[in-house]
Amino acid sequence: MKIAIPVEENTLDAKVSSSFGRAAYFLIFDTQSDEARFIDNPAINSTGGAGILSAQTVVDAGADTLLTPRLGQNAADVIQDAGMQVFQSKEGTAKENIEACCAKTLKVLEEIHEGFHGHGNRE
Amino acid sequence: MKQLLILSGKGGTGKTTVAGAFIQLADAKAYADCDVDAPNLHLVSDWTEAPTRSDYYGLPVAQIDNERCIGCDLCRTHCRFAAITVQEAYTVHPFACEGCGVCSYVCPAAAIRMEPAVAGEHKLYAAENTVFSTAQLKMGSGNSGKLVTEVKKQMRQHAQTADLAIIDGSPGIGCPVIASVSGVDLVLIVAEPSVSGISDMERIVQTARKLGAKIAVCINKYDIHPDYSEQIARYCEKAQLPFTGRIPFDPAVVRAVNAGRSVVDIDCPAAEAIRQVFENTLPYVFA
Amino acid sequence: MVTETGNKRIAVLSGKGGTGKTFLTVNLAAVAGPSVYIDCDVEEPNGHLFFRPDAVTDEAVTVRIPQVDPALCTGCRKCVDFCRFHALAFTKQLKIFDEVCHACGGCLLVCPQQALTETDKTIGVIQSGRTQNVSVRTGVLQTGEASGIPIIQKLLQNTDPHPQFIDCPPGSACGVMESIKDADYCLIVAEPTAFGVHNLQMVYELVRLFEKPFGVVINKVLDEDNPAERFCQKHRIPVFDRIPLDTKIGKLHSDGRIAAYVSDAVRARFATLWEKIQKEVQSEATAHS
Repeated sequence: MKIAIPVEENTLDAKVSSSFGRAAYFLIFDTQSDEARFIDNPAINSTGGAGILSAQTVVDAGADTLLTPRLGQNAADVIQDAGMQVFQSKEGTAKENIEACCAKTLKVLEEIHEGFHGHGNRE
Repeated sequence: MKQLLILSGKGGTGKTTVAGAFIQLADAKAYADCDVDAPNLHLVSDWTEAPTRSDYYGLPVAQIDNERCIGCDLCRTHCRFAAITVQEAYTVHPFACEGCGVCSYVCPAAAIRMEPAVAGEHKLYAAENTVFSTAQLKMGSGNSGKLVTEVKKQMRQHAQTADLAIIDGSPGIGCPVIASVSGVDLVLIVAEPSVSGISDMERIVQTARKLGAKIAVCINKYDIHPDYSEQIARYCEKAQLPFTGRIPFDPAVVRAVNAGRSVVDIDCPAAEAIRQVFENTLPYVFA
Repeated sequence: MVTETGNKRIAVLSGKGGTGKTFLTVNLAAVAGPSVYIDCDVEEPNGHLFFRPDAVTDEAVTVRIPQVDPALCTGCRKCVDFCRFHALAFTKQLKIFDEVCHACGGCLLVCPQQALTETDKTIGVIQSGRTQNVSVRTGVLQTGEASGIPIIQKLLQNTDPHPQFIDCPPGSACGVMESIKDADYCLIVAEPTAFGVHNLQMVYELVRLFEKPFGVVINKVLDEDNPAERFCQKHRIPVFDRIPLDTKIGKLHSDGRIAAYVSDAVRARFATLWEKIQKEVQSEATAHS
């Protein structure tokens, strides 16, 4: 699996970000090679369409799985279109979430919140 | 931390007066003014400390280098926002420019660049464990939605022990209102009992519903028109919206506000009613 | 200055909401008839509730939104990279996000395959009708839409030769600017409160930035000495009228009635105000000719 997680710091011990669209970084973790890399989120200061740009970034990074506390409608459209699976992250670090994901203890993210017309985010 | 947003649809119904009162009553440790176009909450908030200020950048603005310009007119004809005009030289009107970059793209002489533009200022007041986040949009700017988002984000980031945040919203139903609704736990609509007030209230209810927000309604200056107040109460019942009370018109309110004080600091009918509305509203925030 | 067609365009604005813009604009249009009332507060239009115009015709206002022909799209992503509003994304196909799109037309230009074309999306409507000798034009933004600017622009493409009274949105942001851009005169409605003055300052700066001649009416006056009065004195701003807080008139207005049609005193008051404004517009025209 190639797992994407929004985080505020570029370490595996970073807490999962409470926002997808405005997270500082995306952790891309390859479960086969155990490799972790961090991408700067280009959407962090965007005036609108942050969710869309963040989703595009994560898709382009080759992730097939996304762990996130929440997701807006627009971002979800992009993620789902790309055929990625989305699980609801739990409180804790990125590392803990990766372990939970591999142990299949995370739930599929079901609640996609209403789009905010490119102007809002939910934290 | 739960967030209560105060909206109205119509301007001048008493959002800021109610927000200011709620902040006092809740002893709120986190609050924000999302009416970035015409912020007023700071006028009834007591801060002696200076705020931390930061520039807010909206979308970039196109700049034409007249030395390089060959006068081909492609920029002006391609601009969808009528932001480029020509008299002696080609000029971009910064207020009309939406920052799309089309002019820069079509210019054959590389004479147009997109330059960062300050579109407002954010102010963060923080002391002990209380935070107040507010901002002022530069006059004539667009991009208010992003600044509203920034105001809320700063409030959340600096709120430490707060369990309830009060947010003063803006009138209307557009961009800044839509941005302010995101992520809040309850929208309290302060309605005005008048023909205009009812029309505007229905539109903001519709908007908030489209955004999936939880809504409650109260009436301010209800006694200026008891019939319309009744109409609003019945509307809420029919629409299954919690109705959290009525506040009377009270000249003491204006005098309190003019003196920079919160209305609940004064012993008057409006203060009593606002207290009641506050008590009625709170359970819906935490539900 | 007076525009070429002899139009007098008076924009009524306020900064703070609820000061009485609609009250002033509606009643001015009523006494100045034949006239045109234009409601540019497209998010929360109210004037039509007072005029209740007859024979209303609707005109949809649309914006151009891109659409893609998937057969032509090669997935090169030039459009995705170009869009500063991030309204485009590409996964297995191109996705377009309408509500984030600013209709700039850029993506169409950059596509090397010409796979993008445009379609119209309705964002609102302009309702036109008449009441007595007032032509009423109302802009209404569809709820959920973020910006009514295209509606305001269309509303003001008006060549009616009679005096035009523009009811502006509250505040001093892009909607207000658009509404006053081509006005001959700006009438600022001020509220005599601390909140009112704070916003009066902003709108005062806006009209000066746009180099518009302007004057102030202070509305709902309780005490003669109030923050708005002091502000106008300090900046030497002409105050055309000080309308006292009057519960009878307030009730008429909250009932959706046009006070100038009902009360002779109100009619006279607004007639005087309109005379003053006309004189100002005339002297501006002379000064600039």
